[in-house]
Amino acid sequence: MTAPGAGDRAASAAAWIARLWIVPVALLGWELAARLAGAVYFPPPSAILVRLHELWFSGPLGRLFLTQEAVDHLLPSLGRLLLGWAAACAVAVVAGVALGRSASAYDCVNPLIHFFRSIPPPLLIPIAMTLTGVGTPLQLAAIVFGVVWPVLINTLDGARHVDRAYLETCEVFGVSRTAQLLRVILPAMAPKVFAGLRISVALALIMMIISEYVGSTEGIGYHMLVAQSQVDIASMWTAIVLLGVLGFVLNSLFLRVERRVLAWHRSARRTG
Amino acid sequence: MNTGTALRGALGIAGFLLVAEALGRTGVVDPYAVPLASSVLSGAFGLLLDGEFLAGVGDTLSSAAAGLLLATAAAVPSGLVLGTFPRAERAVRPLVEFLRPIPSVALLPLALFALADQGKIALIVYTSYWSVLINTLYGLRDVDPLAKETLQSFGFGRYAVVRRVSLPSAAPFIATGVRISASVALIVAVSVELVAGGDGIGTFVSDAAAGNRRDLMIAATAWTGVIGLLVNSVLSGAERRAFRWHRTQAGEGAA
Repeated sequence: MTAPGAGDRAASAAAWIARLWIVPVALLGWELAARLAGAVYFPPPSAILVRLHELWFSGPLGRLFLTQEAVDHLLPSLGRLLLGWAAACAVAVVAGVALGRSASAYDCVNPLIHFFRSIPPPLLIPIAMTLTGVGTPLQLAAIVFGVVWPVLINTLDGARHVDRAYLETCEVFGVSRTAQLLRVILPAMAPKVFAGLRISVALALIMMIISEYVGSTEGIGYHMLVAQSQVDIASMWTAIVLLGVLGFVLNSLFLRVERRVLAWHRSARRTG
Repeated sequence: MNTGTALRGALGIAGFLLVAEALGRTGVVDPYAVPLASSVLSGAFGLLLDGEFLAGVGDTLSSAAAGLLLATAAAVPSGLVLGTFPRAERAVRPLVEFLRPIPSVALLPLALFALADQGKIALIVYTSYWSVLINTLYGLRDVDPLAKETLQSFGFGRYAVVRRVSLPSAAPFIATGVRISASVALIVAVSVELVAGGDGIGTFVSDAAAGNRRDLMIAATAWTGVIGLLVNSVLSGAERRAFRWHRTQAGEGAA
């Protein structure tokens, strides 16, 4: 790939404008409508932006402009989200590989997994709360339970449907079991695993928020409930914007990583 | 599914219950903190005669169903409009991409505040709307262009093409969107009940937790899992029956 020249850059900027013009237009429409109608629950975007800045990002330079509010509520939420998600994914992928490679083990656990998968995960929060009380362990438990099933189901699906020809080739060439696992089975199931991981990012975010509504004394969700009780609509909107941006950023990051990791898969499919 | 698979599945469930029971009986897990499997099971049978629980199930399911219906009624026409006018779709796409990743529960306090009792259904509609819309668009992109052009060259108008070709061939995708949304609708309904109260399974479970009836709390949660499983298998069964032609066309086996 060659470095993009100035012409390419201008062309890609034009493409961006052609693609995204609707976003500023929609924001402007919202701004005008909100100002004209004086809608209480839909403050104009400019007001939300000002509040967003003063509430979360007007802190000192040494803290990357984060306010005390952001350090107290935003960072714990993010930490728990990432920790819970990573832990659940690790457990689910390991369990999925182990169970998926044995047909009879899979048959034994399959109905249980589908049962647990069908429980709306927020219902587990009151149950977990009786065990952990209010606080970080509750959030982690909630996120893990919400995330683990879709990842496990997708990993199992991937592990069970590795092309038999690959495995037989390994057999013929006497490839060791570990090498088979690392170089054939894991890469072959990667596309399915990634599909599960991407669904789970959204679920982890949902579980983070609900568990902070129901059982927490800090976090973005808790902040939002406090803002609700104080009838501070703009502050509620700042939290909605933060969570929306978080959802968007996590999803796009994930797609980018997936595209890079699975590049070989797409090129193999294209030539195949 | 053959008998061997079913047998191993039953074995797995029985094993799970036995291990849970044994852990409680031997005191490895405090049976006060986590009730015995047997007491949860007997609680679960008791709930079948519990009017309060059944009313809660009815409330949760009816709001999820109402929200899902409204969302489908809104999403399919908007999908058809966007699907038939590619320029409109290209224009609106960035808005969809920005709005869809907003976790619906982030809107929960605002929705309850602004809409009070209607907030629950509004939130279910909002959440379900996106996956039905996306699936509709996806299905419309999959329509055989040859069929569309054939109809057009025989002088059928745009509307007739949508009704006779696009909508039927997108229907299996729409059905999948509705099935995915059904489980999401249940999640949102329960979440609203947990956070805001009101009638429903979520409230029943949090009341049971507050009243320290841990057996009932787990039993009610388990029933909800069973309901979710039933809803999903009924919907995917209906899908399979209604769209048999699609599966044979797509070359999938009759598994």
